[in-house]
Amino acid sequence: MISAHLPILQIVIPLIAAPVCLILRHAFAAWLLTTVVTAVTFVISVALLMQVLDQGAISYALGSWAPPWGIEYVVDQLSAFILVIVAGIGVLVMPFARQSVEQEVPKERIYLFYVMYLLCLCGLLGIAITGDAFNLFVFLEISSLSSYVLISLGHDKRALTGAFNYLIMGTIGATFYVIGVGMLYMMTGTLNMADLAERLPAILHLRVVEAALAFLLVGISLKLALFPLHFWLPNAYAFAPTTVTIFLAATATKVSVYVMIRILYTVFGGPALFEVLAIDEALIALGMLSMIAAALVAIFQDNVKRMLAYSSLSQIGYMILGIGLGNAAGLAGGIIHIFNHAMAKAALFMAIGCVVARVGVVTISDLAGLGRQMPVTMGAMMIGVLSLIGIPTTVGFVTKWYLIEGAFTAGNWLAVATILLSGLLAVIYSWRIVESAYFQDPPEGRDHVREAPIAMQAPMLILAAACIVFGIGATWTMDIVIVAAEALVGEAVPATIETSGIQP
Amino acid sequence: MTGRSRTTDPMEFPGVFNYWISIILMMIGFYVVIAQGNLVKKIFGLNVFQVSVFLFYISMSKVDGGVAPILDDRYQVYSNPLPHVLILTAIVVGVATMSLGLALVVRIRDAYGTIEEEEIERQEAEMP
Repeated sequence: MISAHLPILQIVIPLIAAPVCLILRHAFAAWLLTTVVTAVTFVISVALLMQVLDQGAISYALGSWAPPWGIEYVVDQLSAFILVIVAGIGVLVMPFARQSVEQEVPKERIYLFYVMYLLCLCGLLGIAITGDAFNLFVFLEISSLSSYVLISLGHDKRALTGAFNYLIMGTIGATFYVIGVGMLYMMTGTLNMADLAERLPAILHLRVVEAALAFLLVGISLKLALFPLHFWLPNAYAFAPTTVTIFLAATATKVSVYVMIRILYTVFGGPALFEVLAIDEALIALGMLSMIAAALVAIFQDNVKRMLAYSSLSQIGYMILGIGLGNAAGLAGGIIHIFNHAMAKAALFMAIGCVVARVGVVTISDLAGLGRQMPVTMGAMMIGVLSLIGIPTTVGFVTKWYLIEGAFTAGNWLAVATILLSGLLAVIYSWRIVESAYFQDPPEGRDHVREAPIAMQAPMLILAAACIVFGIGATWTMDIVIVAAEALVGEAVPATIETSGIQP
Repeated sequence: MTGRSRTTDPMEFPGVFNYWISIILMMIGFYVVIAQGNLVKKIFGLNVFQVSVFLFYISMSKVDGGVAPILDDRYQVYSNPLPHVLILTAIVVGVATMSLGLALVVRIRDAYGTIEEEEIERQEAEMP
């Protein structure tokens, strides 16, 4: 039965399609193939999610080598959810990509763009699906190496230095991760995550295991751009081709957040670890710090892409805070924010991409008057902005609801205050977009600006609609996330949250 | 327990000297990455940093008196081959990272006319 092999097909199809694209050497053919492949990948990820919701976690032994000796792919609620997000963004970007890439990437390099795009997708999906700690490193490097190339394809020369700095920081992060995995292997003799989880509790107090955890966490924090290890991110996002920014902003850092959840909760046992080592307090502190500091920096950015990049850093703080709170509600808030922020940020960056296609570089002042000239694009941008702020009926509100509930449960009043304050800061930096777009007249000689082509608008509108649909009908996503969070923490989300509020 | 071939305290120098060597190499590489302004030197520092981890993996799987894991009646003690295989993969990743990094340096030189970090930063500060 083919359905038994879905986990491996999820990875292998984009992996094989990448060299095929290289052989095609034709821009349109490569785009077409990539579109078909991403669509198939998305269908597979949805099928996997259905299977998991129906029958519980799937374990797939690679090459029929029984785990823990062979590499095991594990699809549980959390990884299936991440797979759907990554594959979903992967396919939604494609209609947008065709024209945007043609504009921003030299013609002879377009097919190479899609080769790297497929490899990056393959790596990100692989990270989410694998149950083997070292295999995760391999996928991490597949996705990272291809994303360095993707970023360097930007036409501004600062894209090159952005990619270079990302390469340095990313490689240090990945190498730290490998050191951590090596130490764990030394102490336990296994690389399988489930196996590690069984053997680690007995030796959790040893110095080597503590050092391993430190290496793993610092390495992953570099990859997910946790404040203060974020220096590579703003330039990489600001100068990469818009399609790349959309894709990476919505998936790459999110998948790294997933890795952190896996390591802390699945491998090291989450709450049990927090009792021995106060990692959770460090995560809460760093999460809150990035929520505030990055939002403050965002206020002073003129380049809209850079502003949104700093806003991403601030939003990553929410996820880390959720992980650090250590209870089911907080973790559910952190996980759902992976989805919510992917939707909102992808919509925002697509709106920026539409503006770039019509106006060129985008500083805040370039947006002047576009509220009337490009009403659809700016409308989608408004929905994205409202999600960032966390207005009720948008997805951002769902996140905040659960995070605040989690902070209450943990009795952490400072976290509650920080979530609210960070929302206010989001109002300030996004208000600059609103003011420029709706309350200022377009500059001289720019009267003829039209809406972007429909192929670029359609995915943007789908994502903007998703921000509202999953903001109102939050139970669809929350049902999955709550099961995943409860399984990770080993306690139930208090019933009062599930029944109250979220659904207006 | 793999790797612990001796019972000496690992903190006692030279104790388990293979770990000391890989840590020293690691810090040399890391220092070069941070302190050097020349992008090519940075990449090489990064490579030293990665290689130190390869040594860490390979040396931890060594068992005193152990031979290569070949099934034969004459040998009873084998070194653990798994970390070697893992590092084979990591070496490939390291080579890919290094070549990509150097390729980026070539393109940076084409675009900026220099590979010194300070000069690049100066040029970028002047850009809008």
